Amino acid sequence: MTADTEKMTPEQQALFDYLLRLGDNAVVLSHRLGEWCGHAPVLEEDIALINVALDLLGQARSIMTYAGEVEGAGHDEDALVYRRDGFDYRNVLLVEQPNEENFAVAIVRQFLFDAWHYELQTALLQSSDARLAAIAAKSVKEVTYHLRHSSEWMVRLGDGTAESHGRVQEALDDLWRFSGELFEADAVEERMAAAGIGPHPQSLYAAWSETVDRVLAEATLSRPEDGWMQSGGRNGRHGEHLGFILAEMQFLQRAYPDARW
Amino acid sequence: MPLQTLEDSPPELDKLWQTLEAVVDPEIPVLTIADLGLLRDAEIGADETVTVTITPTYSGCPAMNMIEQEIKRVLGEAGYGAVEVKTVLHPAWTTDWLSESGREKLRAYGIAPPAKGSTSKRALFGAEPEVTCPHCGSKETEQVSAFGSTACKALWRCRSCLEPFDYFKCI
Repeated sequence: MTADTEKMTPEQQALFDYLLRLGDNAVVLSHRLGEWCGHAPVLEEDIALINVALDLLGQARSIMTYAGEVEGAGHDEDALVYRRDGFDYRNVLLVEQPNEENFAVAIVRQFLFDAWHYELQTALLQSSDARLAAIAAKSVKEVTYHLRHSSEWMVRLGDGTAESHGRVQEALDDLWRFSGELFEADAVEERMAAAGIGPHPQSLYAAWSETVDRVLAEATLSRPEDGWMQSGGRNGRHGEHLGFILAEMQFLQRAYPDARW
Repeated sequence: MPLQTLEDSPPELDKLWQTLEAVVDPEIPVLTIADLGLLRDAEIGADETVTVTITPTYSGCPAMNMIEQEIKRVLGEAGYGAVEVKTVLHPAWTTDWLSESGREKLRAYGIAPPAKGSTSKRALFGAEPEVTCPHCGSKETEQVSAFGSTACKALWRCRSCLEPFDYFKCI
């Protein structure tokens, strides 16, 4: 797939990389949420997590269709999602972290992501790229519900029983090291910001941090101190977890290429 | 965004829009795609090609493919030749586009229509709009979950008649 990308201009290549980051975040988190189907603590929550997963999958489809057009190599959204290997995936490490059959982990991962995703999609409403702005206008309405949902669970669990408080605090302490990657600037992000296509990642930090502080205070949870921040996913350097996701997600298209319903 | 008004439009366009009235949402079959505001445009090109423009309620709405097939089937049976269905995201669909008759049909079907002028969806807990039970008309209702059986609905229950019901949530 990399051979075909030589035809793109540097601007198109940066936009393509940027779109893959957005789309891969949504695809991988959607898959993680999908693992809760039939396994959530209560029926309503089973339905809720799958609804969020469906929204993210729909957003990914809109983004990946566009990414395929920018790339200009004849790849549709299915080709991009089902035929790229882990090295070519551009999602942040946060979204690939496993559920560990622990609802607190799923909620903390979702909350840290939603609080950032809401600010990102809000900023993308102003994108100079009309297609991306239209996708954001659709997405931000959905993400508003996601953030509200994960925030409410942070409060319920954090300000709940000693058991639920302990579990959610532990998950927060554990996942915090993946939050830094959301705000890292690199050549792709800088180019997008300069072109007015996407916000500068650091510009999203203050609002994200304010949301986190507000919800953690209501949830009686302690904000972890910033220490070593693990990153690399946006450049294709993933942990071992992504491979297992792709093995399951891509099996059918790898075994039966071009299979259709 | 107002839909194209039918006044002063040529009769063949009136007929096209009336034919499209037969296309319903597969998940809420009492509503047509026009009632829902999903039908954004329909026109007949110089070469007789019909172009129908639709927009999804939610990004992942699984009904969109079926609606596209339904449009092609209904127009095909009405004798139209080439039909192209375009999906647009802009402007983003909102529950405000639901027609008045659509709201009444929803209520009769047992789904509470979306509140108008809803409160901020960023507020946590207790900021839900006032929703009337579609079964008994009571305002003594409460949300069970913001996510329901389809992307566009929330789960509610009535404290008066004790029945659960779907609420078509604001977006």
